[in-house]
Amino acid sequence: MSAEDTPKDYSESPINLEYFYTAGSATTRFLNQVKEGNIVGQGCPKCKAVYVPPRGSCPRCGVATDIEVPLTDKGCIESFTVVHIPIPGNPIVPPYVCAMIRLDGANISFLHLIQDIDIKKIRIGMRIQAVWKPKEEWTHSLENIKWFAPIDEPDVDVATLRFQES
Amino acid sequence: MKRVAIVGYAQHPILKNAGALNEVELIMPVVHQLFNDLGISQKDIDFTCSGSCDYLQGAAFAFVEGLSAIQTNPPIKESHVEMDAAWAMYESMLKIQMGDAETALIYGFGKSSPGDLDAIISLQMDPYYISPLWPDRVSLAALQARVLLNQNIISQEQMLATVMEARANSKNNKNALITDLIDESDYLNNPMVSSPLNKLDCPPISDGSSAMIIASEEKAYEFTDHPIWIEGIDHRIESSNLGSRNLATSNTLQASIKQLNLKNIKFDVAELHTQFSHEVPFLKFLLNLQDVPTNLSGGPLVGNVMMCAGLDAVGKTYESLKENQLTHGLAHATSGPCLQHNMLVHLEAKK
Repeated sequence: MSAEDTPKDYSESPINLEYFYTAGSATTRFLNQVKEGNIVGQGCPKCKAVYVPPRGSCPRCGVATDIEVPLTDKGCIESFTVVHIPIPGNPIVPPYVCAMIRLDGANISFLHLIQDIDIKKIRIGMRIQAVWKPKEEWTHSLENIKWFAPIDEPDVDVATLRFQES
Repeated sequence: MKRVAIVGYAQHPILKNAGALNEVELIMPVVHQLFNDLGISQKDIDFTCSGSCDYLQGAAFAFVEGLSAIQTNPPIKESHVEMDAAWAMYESMLKIQMGDAETALIYGFGKSSPGDLDAIISLQMDPYYISPLWPDRVSLAALQARVLLNQNIISQEQMLATVMEARANSKNNKNALITDLIDESDYLNNPMVSSPLNKLDCPPISDGSSAMIIASEEKAYEFTDHPIWIEGIDHRIESSNLGSRNLATSNTLQASIKQLNLKNIKFDVAELHTQFSHEVPFLKFLLNLQDVPTNLSGGPLVGNVMMCAGLDAVGKTYESLKENQLTHGLAHATSGPCLQHNMLVHLEAKK
């Protein structure tokens, strides 16, 4: 078989597209507060659900979340996983814990790290609080929070956190 | 065929750069406006279908995020086309024809400002032979413009007239992005982007969204006293290989004209999804619209929201028929390079 007859399994055509990404006006309001060390969720005017981080709309009701809801940096672990595989470019050394964090007063959770605890002791419902970077390092990012660490408060039954329609 | 009517249409003002407003924040106002105008809510909608392109946003499954603009509780039946929302309307028509829905909400959205539209659009081409060459959308359109000029199917004067007319007509369109008038010397002194197309022959980079509601005959009169009926709708696509197409005509449009039996209909108004000036005289010729007021909204040359402009042609035709008490309207939507894929929609107001 000559080179011309050899079937070609693939061809490479690299694609590189650049975008000027915008977070949206609602997320911009949220990130401006995060820069100041505040976590401000947004509430739905109809069903009252509180979103953090907010994306600008209540996907349940299809309306803008125009109510600002200041929250604390305390909450509980809604779910978690232990990461054992190193991810290229990620400076965190496995094993480490990624958790869905449900802040007090919020109706959705977001992903963040759990540290300052023996991994074996981590459990759903455990109370946690944000550990912030030094103030001079704060930017428009949830990375201003280094991780969440356990606090000495009784566990929460996460089943009770389920959103109740009013 | 079940009879289906357009009962409402809303369009976001077309923006050069929506800035911090994201797609969801662009969609919500038009959907809410439509619901408010008709005095209805998502509960009155059986089927929801959107049209958008994830490449515009630069995020996989970005269209799913778009759904956050819609009330989805209790759960809704919905779908999406990675195309202009005119095709979302087509899918909604089918859904109603099949008896799965009596009413449908259609919305389209697109922001062209965040990325490089020329590069993005070239990715719709054949991925093996054409996309790796990164042909930009203006150059592709220019290929067809050159063929049409060389074969005397259209003239440079018609292109100039189209550009001037589009801008003059923008006064009829409160959402138009480009509204300043130009004269002949402005046009002739504009440098070529891709010969024979200069900057004024091309549509502006635009951000925006639109929404429409269609309904079966049973439901249409519950929503409005003035439904506009979709008398005919047909879409056909040509080869993705530019070299195997005859760019001097459109076999698929001819077939659609035949299928919809448009030959003997005297249209009162037409809105064409013509993104480049040469496409207007070309389509007017093919569709026999020489004496028909066309693109009274200014068309895509005064505002061209990607994935919306086709639906907007249908919406603007609907508005024209309704507001001016006309009878027959023709709307056209397109997709792909050089008018590769075309949809014709025959709208009729029953007196």
